[in-house]
Amino acid sequence: MLDVKLNPSQRKTAEMAKNIANVKGRSLWADARRRFVQNKAAMVSVFVLGLVILFSFFGGYATEYDNETIDWNVLGSVAKVGQPSIESGHYFGFDDSARDLYSRVVQGSRISLAVGVVGAFIAVLVGTLYGAVAGFVGGRVDSIMMRLVDIFMSIPYMFVLILLLVVFGRSITMIFVGIGLTAWLDMSRIVRGQTLSLKNKEFIEAAMVTGVSTPKIILRHIVPNLLGVVVVYATLLVPQMILTESFISFLGLGVQEPLTSWGALISEGVKTMYYGAYWQLGFPLGFFIVAIFCFFFIGDGLRDALDPKDR
Amino acid sequence: MLNFIIRRVAIAVPTLLILLVASFWLMQTAPGGPFTSERPLPQQVLDNINAKYGLDDPLPVQLWNYLVGIVTEFDFGPSYKYKDRTVNDIIAQGFPVTLKYGTISFLVAIVTGCTLGVAAAIRQNTALDYFAVGVTIGAQVLPNFVMAPILIMIFTVWLGILPGGGWHGGEWPYLIMPVIALSTSFMASIARLTRSAMLEVLRSNFIRTARAKGLPDRTIILRHAIKPAMLPVISYLGPAFVGMVTGSFIIDSIFGTGGVGYFYVNSALNRDYAVMMGLTILLGSMTIMFNMVVDILYAWIDPKIRL
Repeated sequence: MLDVKLNPSQRKTAEMAKNIANVKGRSLWADARRRFVQNKAAMVSVFVLGLVILFSFFGGYATEYDNETIDWNVLGSVAKVGQPSIESGHYFGFDDSARDLYSRVVQGSRISLAVGVVGAFIAVLVGTLYGAVAGFVGGRVDSIMMRLVDIFMSIPYMFVLILLLVVFGRSITMIFVGIGLTAWLDMSRIVRGQTLSLKNKEFIEAAMVTGVSTPKIILRHIVPNLLGVVVVYATLLVPQMILTESFISFLGLGVQEPLTSWGALISEGVKTMYYGAYWQLGFPLGFFIVAIFCFFFIGDGLRDALDPKDR
Repeated sequence: MLNFIIRRVAIAVPTLLILLVASFWLMQTAPGGPFTSERPLPQQVLDNINAKYGLDDPLPVQLWNYLVGIVTEFDFGPSYKYKDRTVNDIIAQGFPVTLKYGTISFLVAIVTGCTLGVAAAIRQNTALDYFAVGVTIGAQVLPNFVMAPILIMIFTVWLGILPGGGWHGGEWPYLIMPVIALSTSFMASIARLTRSAMLEVLRSNFIRTARAKGLPDRTIILRHAIKPAMLPVISYLGPAFVGMVTGSFIIDSIFGTGGVGYFYVNSALNRDYAVMMGLTILLGSMTIMFNMVVDILYAWIDPKIRL
């Protein structure tokens, strides 16, 4: 065996090389995570929103009352005897039809959050694919696809949504479809812009040269690189979906009895506020405002974290 | 510029057509005709009624007649639900109301929003700035249907100083709450846009030049900084207009102001297809037109857009 003699400085270099292998580089995502964790408003929002989500899933176990049973002793005099009280177990009091408001709010939260998340998911899925295809294929396809988006965008979507709900019946599925149909347009524009800037990068050229097919390049190379923008936009989209759904439900065109949502509960609370049943407005309104606040702060935090140039 | 206008109109026209045809087609595919009811009418009677309203013509003919009616006589057809009322009556009754509080809200939102935004930008990082930012964040989570009940709760139920609803020809006590409820969220958006635009402008080179040659602050802001800072606000006017139109649905149903929004929501709830279609087309085309005008205005002010 040959005894290799290293001079002192050489040994040092070898050690350094060993150490370098152990030092972990900070990835883009780790950087983003660090920036996000430092954002106090966003972190508090994540915590509070987590509580709201837990409440919407498991809140029902904390009460012995369900959201359907009508308390006939209370019906008709809800404003007088239907107040919230800890002793009776009706933490939030009764709703106008003498059902337990707490369970109703649990139910409403679940539906509102579901509409927000599913609506945003549909919009992101459709918008990302559409925008990526338009941006990557380019040329005439791109200009036709984007002209279409321009046209759809200038149709006031609230009318379309209400028309759809009236014609095809008011149901949650129709709300999902209607909201999803209209919300992907913005997304597709943003994604197209990003795709255009990615398109001429070397790694895409390399993929093209090695003969990867266009659909595969879009799905495997373009879309993952759009993730930052998409995540930020999706978080900001969720509260917008919830707002739209609440707006529609408030008008009585959205979620129908026996189902309910924040918008529907608020709408009911507005009607009963006049004879003093403030809690029927207060509790749903509180949950609504807190959740929307949290979503906005998280969205802002994510934008700052993932896209520091934009600050 | 002419090129831009032509291109912009070329988007608006198909949009209008799509809106027209789509709403017409949707109404036709809706389950049940306008005269189906619990007690079915004898076939002969039904045929006669359909013939009276021209509903036995083939669809393209119906659509064509409808279009011609709108364009030549501004006639949006009858309400099938309320036989004594046409869509035009409803527009005549509700539109002035909506127009009045809508215009006032629009102006209030722009004026207060711009003032707040500019003031916050000039006094950046002072109490005033924090106040403005706080207001804009708060207003973001208080859409009109949340704002309106809170206002009623405070001013009508607790303080008892403002009427909780009604219109009364638009006297000012009946206007205050609808205007506040409708304009707040737009005011907030405009304030946010103005603030960030103004901050950017104040940091730019030509403002530094103006300062360097010794112009007083007032002149710098009023003569040089305001104009470029207003650009994003102008591009926001389109979405704000749409928001105001849909927001009027809420205002009308909470405050009972009796504007077009009330009839729209009511017809949607009662499946009064003809009224819905008429109002959709009227309000929809107004929105499309407004957006077009705003875009052209924007391109006229900012030549960079015309590309």
